[in-house]
Amino acid sequence: MAHHKLSVRQYMILGLVSVCTPLGDSCLSRGMAHLPPITLSHLVSLIAAVFTPWIVLGIALLIGYFASYLTALSWADLTFVMPAAGLGNVILALLSRFWLHEAISMERWAGIVLVTVGVGFVTQGPSLTERPPAEAPAEEEQPELEEQMR
Amino acid sequence: MTIPFSAPQPGFWASTAMIAAIVLTSTTGEVLTAAAMKSIGDLDEIRAHSGLGGAIRAVLTCPLFFAGVAFLALAFFSLLMAVNHLPVSLVAPASASLTLVTNAIAAKLFLKENVDRRRWTAAVLVCIGVYFLAH
Repeated sequence: MAHHKLSVRQYMILGLVSVCTPLGDSCLSRGMAHLPPITLSHLVSLIAAVFTPWIVLGIALLIGYFASYLTALSWADLTFVMPAAGLGNVILALLSRFWLHEAISMERWAGIVLVTVGVGFVTQGPSLTERPPAEAPAEEEQPELEEQMR
Repeated sequence: MTIPFSAPQPGFWASTAMIAAIVLTSTTGEVLTAAAMKSIGDLDEIRAHSGLGGAIRAVLTCPLFFAGVAFLALAFFSLLMAVNHLPVSLVAPASASLTLVTNAIAAKLFLKENVDRRRWTAAVLVCIGVYFLAH
């Protein structure tokens, strides 16, 4: 059965997909900025970097992103999830403006508006392609096939 | 006197090939992962019946999922290689925005998704928006 409209819980999972990536990237960036330059001859320091608080938080958030992304793909189309996840780029730009105090050019503000309009557009439509009954998962037909084989 | 080292810039075709490699491997990875998740079924329902362990087991026992992750890893290494030779201000926006369009085409062709006018418009708007944001 196709889900045309998403539940609040499913919107929250899509929100997690969008939020976890920019937050995770920002944490990794902040964590790496506090470390001295790492060279190939000192790879042990790279392993040590994994256990610093910002990097641990960044990795945890990126694991959270992947788990929520996989969950979203299990009940929504790829062409629905991908543009919706694009909202993460807007959050990253806003984080860099208000948390890291970086300047945002007019070009980037235009990008923020375009991505927001695009996400608003796709989330108003159905989340999953409706399949005719003939294309339903083969699991339901398996018992009948097994009986025929016997 | 010291002469600053400057690596030779790759030509147009070499640059195009590097970005195409990222887009191709990334799109293949995304489509395979999406196909894997569709074959597994709704993870929320699986978790409701079999718990979190059951949902993780369902994902980790799907070969298609590992094929998708392998291509996503290839995409990551292609990105690292491209960034090593080309400016990140070119590679990041070009690959991120092109992948959105190729994903829409691949999803229509291989996953048989209904990519209607609304989804095409959204993909193109987000594609241009991501290019502006990352540039």
